[in-house]
Amino acid sequence: MSGNLYEVISAVGEMIIGNRQKLTDLDAAIGDGDHGINMARGFEAVKAKLQGMEMESDIGKVLKIVGMTLISSVGGAAGPLYGTAFLRAAAPSQGKTELDTQTIGLMLEAAIAGIKERGKATTGEKTMLDALVPAYEAFQDGANTGKTVTACLELAYEAAQQGVEFTKTIIATKGRASYLGERSRGHQDPGATSSYIMLKALVEYLRR
Amino acid sequence: MVGVVIVSHSQKVAEGIREMALQMSAPEQKIIAAGGMADGGIGTDAFRVSEAIVSADTGDGVAIMVDLGSAVLSTETAFEFLDEELRSKVQIADAPILEGAISAVVEASLGSNLAAVVATAEGARTLNKC
Ligand SMILES: Nc1ncnc2c1ncn2[C@@H]1O[C@H](COP(=O)(O)OP(=O)(O)O)[C@@H](O)[C@H]1O
Ligand SMILES: [Mg+2]
Repeated sequence: MSGNLYEVISAVGEMIIGNRQKLTDLDAAIGDGDHGINMARGFEAVKAKLQGMEMESDIGKVLKIVGMTLISSVGGAAGPLYGTAFLRAAAPSQGKTELDTQTIGLMLEAAIAGIKERGKATTGEKTMLDALVPAYEAFQDGANTGKTVTACLELAYEAAQQGVEFTKTIIATKGRASYLGERSRGHQDPGATSSYIMLKALVEYLRR
Repeated sequence: MVGVVIVSHSQKVAEGIREMALQMSAPEQKIIAAGGMADGGIGTDAFRVSEAIVSADTGDGVAIMVDLGSAVLSTETAFEFLDEELRSKVQIADAPILEGAISAVVEASLGSNLAAVVATAEGARTLNKC
């Protein structure tokens, strides 16, 4: 993947900020109705933090700043979870200014491991992992058959979309939504949706 | 003396609990509130928690009282920012935040070690009120 790093992060941030209301409505149905507010606050803080760093090309360095900023500004469970994910993804991309499918695969793997560890969660619990894990697997399938970064991310994005749909069919056993038990069924998970939105922003940026 | 940190989504809750706990404390005891976000909003912030832990430690470790959900995730994230030595003597008490904090402060004021302070805080889960 090439393209301007700052622009990529901005595209992801803008798409999250643009979906503030949608994410908040989803969280209002099965949580405390703040996921959109939390995520938008986080990416507004990221925007402010990256001000003046438009020319920075070290991907790991920028992802580390994104992770640290999300940890201190999101406020809800998504803060430590996504924050840890970005920090973990920063390690394989440290010092890199361009990414190939192999490195992105390692970054996704590390990010997911971080979320699982932090949240003590796995797939099937109606969380962001239900979008991210299938997305990672689809990405790897694409990478193993020699597809381009953009093609692999498109596969990941489609798998994340299906993962979001899947979250409607299951009950939450992690996070605030787990207090609702059976009543959480039928609703899509806000965190899975924000993960899908980030992938969507990446794919749309690369298609431009 | 074991320090106590109170992690809540709300700055007011954390400070209110601290105020109540102070009434039961020894004079030199460290009780630190880490509530809300830097901008005063509702939420938890791992950096505020790690700073609170550092200022609560006087060498004997720190017991941490948490409210719901992300308070635990932020506290565990905060542990990653501590130096290894301090990380080995911090512990989250699986207890109701208010009753747990007061029990922990009383136990710590007696000079008990971290394990005993956490155990007493967790005992607050079964306190009968009526
Ligand atoms: N333990 C966990 N592991 C993985 N993801 C989680 C966990 N707890 C919550 N989540 C994700 O976080 C989302 C809620 O985020 P947010 O509303 O910001 O946090 P909060 O629940 O603290 O209000 C959920 O939709 C879910 O995807
Ligand atoms: Mg929420």
